[in-house]
Amino acid sequence: MIADSLTSSEATATFAGPAIIVRSLRVNYGDREILHGIDFEVQAGETLVILGGSGSGKSTLLRALIGLEQPKSGEIWIRGKNFAAMTEDERDDLRKKMGMSFQSGALFGSMSVGDNVALPLREHTRLDDSTIEIVVRLKLDQVGLSGFETYVPAQLSGGMKKRAAIARAMAMDPEILFFDEPSAGLDPIIAAGIDDLILKLKKAFRMTIVVVTHELASAFLIADRMILLDKGTIVANDTPQELRQSQQPRVRQFLDRVPEPELSEEMDYLQMLTGEIPPRRR
Amino acid sequence: METSTRQSGNATIVDVTGDITLYNTPRLRKVILDLLKEDRSPRVVVNLQRVNYIDSAGVASLVEGLKISRDLKSGFALYGLSRTVREVLELTRLTRVFELYDTEEEALRGASSSPASAH
Repeated sequence: MIADSLTSSEATATFAGPAIIVRSLRVNYGDREILHGIDFEVQAGETLVILGGSGSGKSTLLRALIGLEQPKSGEIWIRGKNFAAMTEDERDDLRKKMGMSFQSGALFGSMSVGDNVALPLREHTRLDDSTIEIVVRLKLDQVGLSGFETYVPAQLSGGMKKRAAIARAMAMDPEILFFDEPSAGLDPIIAAGIDDLILKLKKAFRMTIVVVTHELASAFLIADRMILLDKGTIVANDTPQELRQSQQPRVRQFLDRVPEPELSEEMDYLQMLTGEIPPRRR
Repeated sequence: METSTRQSGNATIVDVTGDITLYNTPRLRKVILDLLKEDRSPRVVVNLQRVNYIDSAGVASLVEGLKISRDLKSGFALYGLSRTVREVLELTRLTRVFELYDTEEEALRGASSSPASAH
């Protein structure tokens, strides 16, 4: 009988409570407050979609969740631990259980696509090279990039870079996977393939998935729960069905794609142009 | 995860208990590859009845076992897949690549039947 001698940090038992808890989260850029006291939870195995227009704070929220933004106040609990109170070792352990697909791809330009995907496996595991090579091919196949292992990012289109970044985020089959605009800029067929992949990842690997997007069709397809952010506050936290039926004005405006109203008075417009009243953020 | 091996006719059965993950799969890989390359077992059958979860690295180890078995003209089969393990193999498009069986008896018998009859 062969038994593994894993350290507790390597144990992979799925966490039973909420995967993510956010309490009264405030994030500033300089003096400007972007998130004005956000509260929500993501259950383990749930797919949460964060919706919102440009400048709503959704990408800032995602960056805060993965520790790239320091909150001004409030708490972020990941798998039952307060992120702010963790030691650096605990944060490193946690990061092994989290994957992040950035909107820009954020691939290493000097490395091949295969090496980019292999990087987390080489850094955080003791897998043999031959095993890593197979995992890389599995992941690239899942994002439709079979045969592109030896390409460098400069040889890829924007959509291919994004898919390579998704493959890298999935390399370690993380418990929590974050996507920032996974299907933006992709053609409809590839975008549908990414939606399908997200659904399959959740089912097969029981992943908790957080997706920031403004692609409504994709959002309603993949979400178990949806948050609508508007100017740094949550205006809805519902199931897709509840959100569709919501009569909340900001929800309806977002879902029905109603543009912001024009300034009501020509004088308001003149005052805005001349600096007498502050510009209204759209 | 724990593994143990036993013999049944000309086949060696690898019983696996627990989740197969990127942290422990090197051990399973070594067991399988040693049976094929060192012991020259003519057929290796992996019992996954007590495995509730397998990740991509675990799948990769099984793929390596299958590859080596084909190189050496040995047999390699899996049986007793849980729903989640089967879903991972479906996601990775490997259900038609591996010889898969529901029971040990079928997996052992499969040695003399066509893989096409596998599930």
